[in-house]
Amino acid sequence: MMTDNSPPLHKIDVKQFHPRARAAIHNPQIRQNFRKAMDGLMSKRTAAFEGMDLETLRDLGSNIRMRALANLPDLLEQLEQKLTENGIKVHWALDADEACKIVRDICVARDAKSVIKGKSMVSEEMELNHYLQERGIEALESDLGEYIVQLADETPSHIIMPAIHKNTGEISQLLHDKTGTDLSSDVNYLTASARLQLREKFRNADVGVSGVNFAVAETGTLCLVENEGNGRMTTTVPPCHIAVTGIEKVVPNLEDITGLLALLTRSATGQHITTYFNMISGPRKADELDGPEEVHVVLVDNGRSSIYQDDQLLDTLKCIRCGACMNHCPVYTRVGGHAYGTTYPGPIGKILMPHLIGLDEGQHLPSASSLCGACGEVCPVKIPIPDLLVRLRQESVDGDKLHPAKVRGHGSKRNSVEAMIWKGWGWMHAKPGLYRLGTGIAAKFRNLQPGRLGGWTQYRTAPKLAPKTLHQRMKERQQ
Amino acid sequence: MSSRNAILQRLRHRSGGELTAPACDFSVLKRPDWSTAEKVDLFQRMIESVHGEVHRTTDADWVDRVAELLKTRGAGNLLISKASSIGQTLRKEAGTREDLPDLLVYDEAIEHWQPELFNTVDAGITSTRGGIAETGSLILWPSADEPRLMSLVPPIHIAVLYASELYGTFHEAMLAQRWHEKMPTNALLVSGPSKTADIEQTLAYGVHGPKELIVLIIE
Repeated sequence: MMTDNSPPLHKIDVKQFHPRARAAIHNPQIRQNFRKAMDGLMSKRTAAFEGMDLETLRDLGSNIRMRALANLPDLLEQLEQKLTENGIKVHWALDADEACKIVRDICVARDAKSVIKGKSMVSEEMELNHYLQERGIEALESDLGEYIVQLADETPSHIIMPAIHKNTGEISQLLHDKTGTDLSSDVNYLTASARLQLREKFRNADVGVSGVNFAVAETGTLCLVENEGNGRMTTTVPPCHIAVTGIEKVVPNLEDITGLLALLTRSATGQHITTYFNMISGPRKADELDGPEEVHVVLVDNGRSSIYQDDQLLDTLKCIRCGACMNHCPVYTRVGGHAYGTTYPGPIGKILMPHLIGLDEGQHLPSASSLCGACGEVCPVKIPIPDLLVRLRQESVDGDKLHPAKVRGHGSKRNSVEAMIWKGWGWMHAKPGLYRLGTGIAAKFRNLQPGRLGGWTQYRTAPKLAPKTLHQRMKERQQ
Repeated sequence: MSSRNAILQRLRHRSGGELTAPACDFSVLKRPDWSTAEKVDLFQRMIESVHGEVHRTTDADWVDRVAELLKTRGAGNLLISKASSIGQTLRKEAGTREDLPDLLVYDEAIEHWQPELFNTVDAGITSTRGGIAETGSLILWPSADEPRLMSLVPPIHIAVLYASELYGTFHEAMLAQRWHEKMPTNALLVSGPSKTADIEQTLAYGVHGPKELIVLIIE
């Protein structure tokens, strides 16, 4: 089954989406876990925005993100300068491998053997844990959900709630098997035992690695949003803190974070604010008594500068990683996060991952959608996700002659027979006489139409052509 | 070419051409001009909704409340700062009364007493730089005198908040206190005790940080 034994990400074949999705759909446990969680998250989000002018707020969010992207290179330079002035060391990584290497080099220079991690999707993208472990450095996740997922040797199935695919019984069994915690259905007990185990790890870790929610260029400030306090522990207790972030996370002004924060937590979990909003602007000063003596930031590109080139695809980079799109996605709710086989699942994954792994590798992602539009409606920064899905679908078949495809691996789903059919279709529709002749013949021979039409008729009856064409019927009415 | 320059060059020579930055209108974040009493009520309602505890008190009485709250919880000690008025008041009072727990002063670098902080401290008390009514948040700027871990490691965190320092929104607080001019090494908004819902969306408190957050509002 896919839940308990899902392989680590680096071994997953993204192309095998269909078998994984099928298995998930037939797994009542997964269906139940996700349905329950997503229903809860949707209603909490609605309640959290009550009494607010949500549309205007979303406009603000979208504008803040777009303003940042419009000046991205300047802002990154300003951020670098401010961070450096504040005593934070800045590194740049073109891709995931380089980012991993930077983190490892910092660890090696400090003779660090153990790394404690706060939640970071970019580090998942980098597969940092795997990289460090192969090189003899222990990397332990400290967010409770990530900790559970790591103990199970799995990957997160949701970007905000990594262990959402597991229920209490499964988690209790896992903690029992891996850490010796007594079996219990008491969530407080399970949480308390994880607290004890992880506190030891925080105390003894050589390096803390975290993500970043927003990076403020104006002041050189790294912002982290969390509920558990593990992010604060990770960035405060070990003597060295390394923050990894995508280059798109920078915003110009401190003021910008107020708008984004108001949207982020309400969209993500329906909270007015999270327990902790942690703003870090430097390492420990000479007179301070705690905090890391060294702080590093790794600015990771990993495909983002390619997305940046195109006016339409650019919107992908506005994302603030709230997960609302997956919470509202009918496909995600049914197949769960692991079926996608990608770091980012759900709608945001479908528009982001093809850029990171190529449209050939991720060919099923843009079409794993009913285009119902819910994701676009709830996106706090107004990313037109359905439009981007259509764009990627076109790119995957090289289907738009006027706009040449740009995404790596485009055209991988192009099928010459299908292309010919559409060509003929276009040709016929451009010639009224031919169109009438064609539809007239089709109506006449409607009984020869096949009853099975590939996957479409697996769960549906085939549509049948009308005995008379619309033109014929209109003509009859006029007589 | 360095990765830095390669990335910046790709961003600068964007094939889609230059982008125009839209204007940002923050007025949607504005809330009514609440009175102090309204702000206190809203703050209390919001922070209680996330399991925070609020006690309204005065400059003359807050030490009594601290003593009483810690006694009912059986706390054996309280971590205080060395120089802040909170720390000094508590130390002065401790000389004249018996009902306060042992006072521990955070006056040496964490490296010298880390196991003790993690394993033996029951509660910590800090000041705040005000609060935010809309979301029930405390503004904390840890400093050399009130280090970061005071509000994070002990299972109970007591925060002292002056009602007169409550702001309506985060936006308002940030602008009024002119944060953009100079940020401290660490600034925090704290809105409730540490919590998680990672096990089947069931809320559990104190997963990594304090299990209890007690706010003393001085009116």
